[in-house]
Amino acid sequence: MNLAGLGIPVTVLSGYLGAGKTTLVNHLLRNADGQKLAVLVNEFGALPIDKDLIEAADDEVISIAGGCICCSFGSDLSAALSQLSAMNQPIDHILIEASGVARPEAIMWSVGLVSGVLPDGIVILADAETIQKAARDKYMSDTILAQLQAADLLILNKIDLVTEEEVRVTSSWLALQNENAPIIPITYGKVERDIVLGHCVQRIYAKGAHQDAAGPSTLTLLPKHNIDVLELAQTLAKDYPNIARAKGFATNKSGEKILIQVVGSRYSTSIVSKELPDGIVCLGLGETLRKRHFKRLLHLLKI
Amino acid sequence: MGKIRIFSAKKIITMNPNQPETTHVAVREGRILSTGTLEELAIWDDYTLDETFHNKILIPGLVEGHAHVMAGALWRHVYCGYFDRADPDGNMWQGSKTIADVIELLQVAESKLKYPALPLAGWQFDPIYMDNQRVTRSDLDQVSATRPVGVLHASGHILNVNSKALELADLLRPGINHPGIPLDKDGLPTGELYGPDAIGPVSKYVGFDRASMEGDADALRAFGKICVRSGVTTITDLAARITEESVDKMLEVTEHPTFPARIVPLRIFMGASAKDTIDLVLSLKERSTDQLRLGRIKAVADGSIQGFSARMRWPGYFNGAPNGLWYTLPEQLGELYRLALANGVQVHTHTNGDEATEMALDTLAPALNEVPSVDHRFTLQHCQLADAAQFRRMRNMKMCVNLFANHHFYWGDEHYRLTVGPERARRMNACRTALEMGVPMAIHSDAPITPLAPLFTAWCAVNRLTLSGRVQGDGEKISIQDALYAITLGAAYTLHLDGEIGSVEIGKKADFAVLEQDPIDIGGANIKDIEIWGTVQGGRVFQAKKL
Repeated sequence: MNLAGLGIPVTVLSGYLGAGKTTLVNHLLRNADGQKLAVLVNEFGALPIDKDLIEAADDEVISIAGGCICCSFGSDLSAALSQLSAMNQPIDHILIEASGVARPEAIMWSVGLVSGVLPDGIVILADAETIQKAARDKYMSDTILAQLQAADLLILNKIDLVTEEEVRVTSSWLALQNENAPIIPITYGKVERDIVLGHCVQRIYAKGAHQDAAGPSTLTLLPKHNIDVLELAQTLAKDYPNIARAKGFATNKSGEKILIQVVGSRYSTSIVSKELPDGIVCLGLGETLRKRHFKRLLHLLKI
Repeated sequence: MGKIRIFSAKKIITMNPNQPETTHVAVREGRILSTGTLEELAIWDDYTLDETFHNKILIPGLVEGHAHVMAGALWRHVYCGYFDRADPDGNMWQGSKTIADVIELLQVAESKLKYPALPLAGWQFDPIYMDNQRVTRSDLDQVSATRPVGVLHASGHILNVNSKALELADLLRPGINHPGIPLDKDGLPTGELYGPDAIGPVSKYVGFDRASMEGDADALRAFGKICVRSGVTTITDLAARITEESVDKMLEVTEHPTFPARIVPLRIFMGASAKDTIDLVLSLKERSTDQLRLGRIKAVADGSIQGFSARMRWPGYFNGAPNGLWYTLPEQLGELYRLALANGVQVHTHTNGDEATEMALDTLAPALNEVPSVDHRFTLQHCQLADAAQFRRMRNMKMCVNLFANHHFYWGDEHYRLTVGPERARRMNACRTALEMGVPMAIHSDAPITPLAPLFTAWCAVNRLTLSGRVQGDGEKISIQDALYAITLGAAYTLHLDGEIGSVEIGKKADFAVLEQDPIDIGGANIKDIEIWGTVQGGRVFQAKKL
């Protein structure tokens, strides 16, 4: 969603072979809800998109129901991203499905060099049943651990295949590998779209502070004054592990409009030139986000 | 039936133990009808005697088992290397010994360019030999402020560009955050780009576009000329992105009556599934001709040692750098091996570090148990750090190896003090161990990474001298006879072509390297200095001076 003219947000999705990346991508495409997603894959080898979603396919692009597309980027990711950002048909979000040998942070650095797109977050998927064994693999151990460490969000998939006790144990183990990234347990790749793609921000414009019946717990912060935007972004990213995502706009003390993006422990702030109302939407994990949990933050915001 | 042409020579080294040396070879229909004395050959039929080579030495046409057509493509850019080197047309380019030399070379080339928007690129720049001095965009802005300028380092891992190139790539701005793109005090990139991720977005603006680097028709023709100058008659293009369409072009070039080399392109395993890759090469294989041999695959397990991206076993890199990168998952490689074995398709696998070698061995072993194969000749390429135990496993699995002998000379000193340390530097590219363990072996240049010149590669394997003049790994030296075998029959064997090429004997292709001196007489210390007159390929004579 190129709302602020800063470029199309790019999420890197990775995880070891069999973690369920393809299932998750298909789930997001089925639940795109009008958002135009572009999925970039290394290769078309084993077809990454469920057949019933495909409207048309040629060697380079698969057209998907709802205006989404899937392309393979081969060995030239930056060219593929440039092409997507220059397309007539506007794209709201780009999802790069990285291969099992990928270094997701290196992909994100490359994304950062391309104009017209904006690094969003690194989402790493782990199979609840096999991740710990895979992380001990003779050859792949350090690659897998590095992927987990690079995550802004960790998604623990296939929790239906293990006991609750095992989910707890594996979650603690994951937290040891990456103490900053929120861990989101799911089944069958069914993850809340907004958590992965962060399209929560239009909620500000829809109804202000508003809580969906289903979906993740949401809290919208509405600063009433100019604030220290950097401190706010840092605080949301570092001090609130139960916030998976936050996104929105605030005005800094010099009067500039700033886009704030938080994905797990990663945050970024960018100056935007458009006149947009202030408001930051936070998506929570687990228990409902309530204003009383945010005393320090509210103090900071002078709300 | 065609006419018989008998070539006389001062000496023909045949690599055929039944008749190691002779003086005459009869050629008909591009093949060797017979070797022996003129009297023996005259019995066949009427002939014409060709005495062009009466004072030359003929050896089997040399076989380069690991090179890239890019070696031809690069010469359209400015050669900025440290060593003197001849281009495909035979012009000798003097090595650049200082940064100022390189800048001046580029300025001269720039002044000859017509259109102001044309990019200017240099290649093979090697500041390792210039105290590792850095080159920034302000240096290259002296070459041109208006057209994009870039200089690729010999390692291929660093690209220096000017301000215009950064501007075109939209990188001449503050806020760049990339570990491969250092910033100046002013917050703008310095113009030094480290690693493929940083180089990728800029290289096309300075003229290193992917299509031309992977070899168009002109590059292939230049590649052919380099082959004649180095005595090569059969050569691989290892890791090409071959498609049905690019094969049309390759067929057109290689079928031309004056094209002097047999090209063996291997399709890279990247960007397509194992099954799609196998299906593609099986269909390409049917389009093979005598001069273009399709139907093989190259997989890449890891990166490079000097780029610290090779996968190393314990204790890792000597300087403590973190372990390198996997380029292919073991699971994907295993699937490729199984499908390839089942379909009779040969796979060559790039493994630089010893952990990558171990992974390839561990992956092929179960695939071979599942799909037994009597003569697969799966080959490990580079395989620079394999130890004796790994060579024994290769032998037991009937694998071949193609070692990167040129590395000792160009980077041996770096390996000794920086990448792997003294002990492993001494066993790198362990030719002697490979032969003693009974692994069929070739040696290679990986041109354009190092220059295509199999006699130089043989010299490296025989002498194991580094650039600073140290012998590194005395125990891994091989004899001149073994080295000659490696660059003829040895390399042919890794391509299943040893029944057709690699020795001078009846029934084989009439492929010869024509030398001014005898490699055995001149001795191992001087084999790299042998002058090459040219080649005979498929019975056709190619003189280097007249290309």
